[in-house]
Amino acid sequence: MRKAVLLISLITWMGSLYSQVIPDIDREGISELIQKSNDTTYVINFWATWCSPCVKEIGYFEELHRQSGTSKLQVILVSLDFPNQKERRVVPFLEEKEISAPVKLVTDLNYNEWINLVDPSWSGALPATLIFNSDKRIFLEKELTKSELNEHVNQILN
Amino acid sequence: MKKLTLSLLTAFIAVVMMYAEVNPGDNAIEFSLTNVDGTTVSLSDYSNEKGVILVFTCNPCPFAKAYEQRIIQLHENYAGQGFPVVAINPNDDKLSPEDTFENMKTRANDKSYPFPYLKDETQDIYQAYGATRTPHIFLLNNEGGQFKVAYVGAIDDNAMDASQVSQRYLENAIRALLTGEQPEPALTKAIGCSIKSKA
Repeated sequence: MRKAVLLISLITWMGSLYSQVIPDIDREGISELIQKSNDTTYVINFWATWCSPCVKEIGYFEELHRQSGTSKLQVILVSLDFPNQKERRVVPFLEEKEISAPVKLVTDLNYNEWINLVDPSWSGALPATLIFNSDKRIFLEKELTKSELNEHVNQILN
Repeated sequence: MKKLTLSLLTAFIAVVMMYAEVNPGDNAIEFSLTNVDGTTVSLSDYSNEKGVILVFTCNPCPFAKAYEQRIIQLHENYAGQGFPVVAINPNDDKLSPEDTFENMKTRANDKSYPFPYLKDETQDIYQAYGATRTPHIFLLNNEGGQFKVAYVGAIDDNAMDASQVSQRYLENAIRALLTGEQPEPALTKAIGCSIKSKA
């Protein structure tokens, strides 16, 4: 019995390693997120749990996040799942995929009002990735391979 | 020589088709695609209508699903006023198995689509229009026998909840055309599923 309790708490604890509170982000929040001007390079991936190419590439972003450590590189995953899917779909997905990179969920559903803020060339299809720092900026509306992601990040870093 | 010119011309047209993209004000592009009922449906079949609501959509995309009933309703409301819906599924079904012709038929039957649901088998048509996501709307206006693109983009401003919509972009555009005005805005953007392309 005690063993079972121990096992259950162990499993719960391990699960909680990857369970994160997902902050909501509105239009102002998106605007702030993509205009930071400091010495950090940001990798912002727009994704959703239902988007199969997004799911394929999300591990590369997680890997980048883990490698970044204390360096001046920050990976942020911006989910476009509907807000009413946050607890039902997004949280379990992140736990299952063991995602520790920070995630935010967009609550402003009037996409037309903010898509151009992210990049005027973005049609709105997912996945999409924005990599920038105070000097350089690149926007990619497509699925990335691991080497493509790393190449683009290096281009912005160097 | 003639043959060479012809094949060069065909190649040129094929390249143009591949990279073309239509914007509000441009001529619409003719298509002839297979409908779920086995018939072939062409844009020119609609030459007696005031226009066509061309919808690139698909079976599995949550945004397409969220808008499905609204698209049916748009057809019910506007087909009688000269603006019927024509739906085209642009996805490669090897990459998106829920979009096979059989699955399209099932979907159209289950939901009793009152409009054609066409398969863009070669994916030439979605590329020619420059559709990038599902659902992606191209509202076509019949200007004296020539279909022109009048509006491109989203249906409205709330994909998740139809009851929370505040701006009905597409309906406003249709109403503008019905009163002889040009839609404003003529172009909107929305989040959607990327089109699953062979290439």
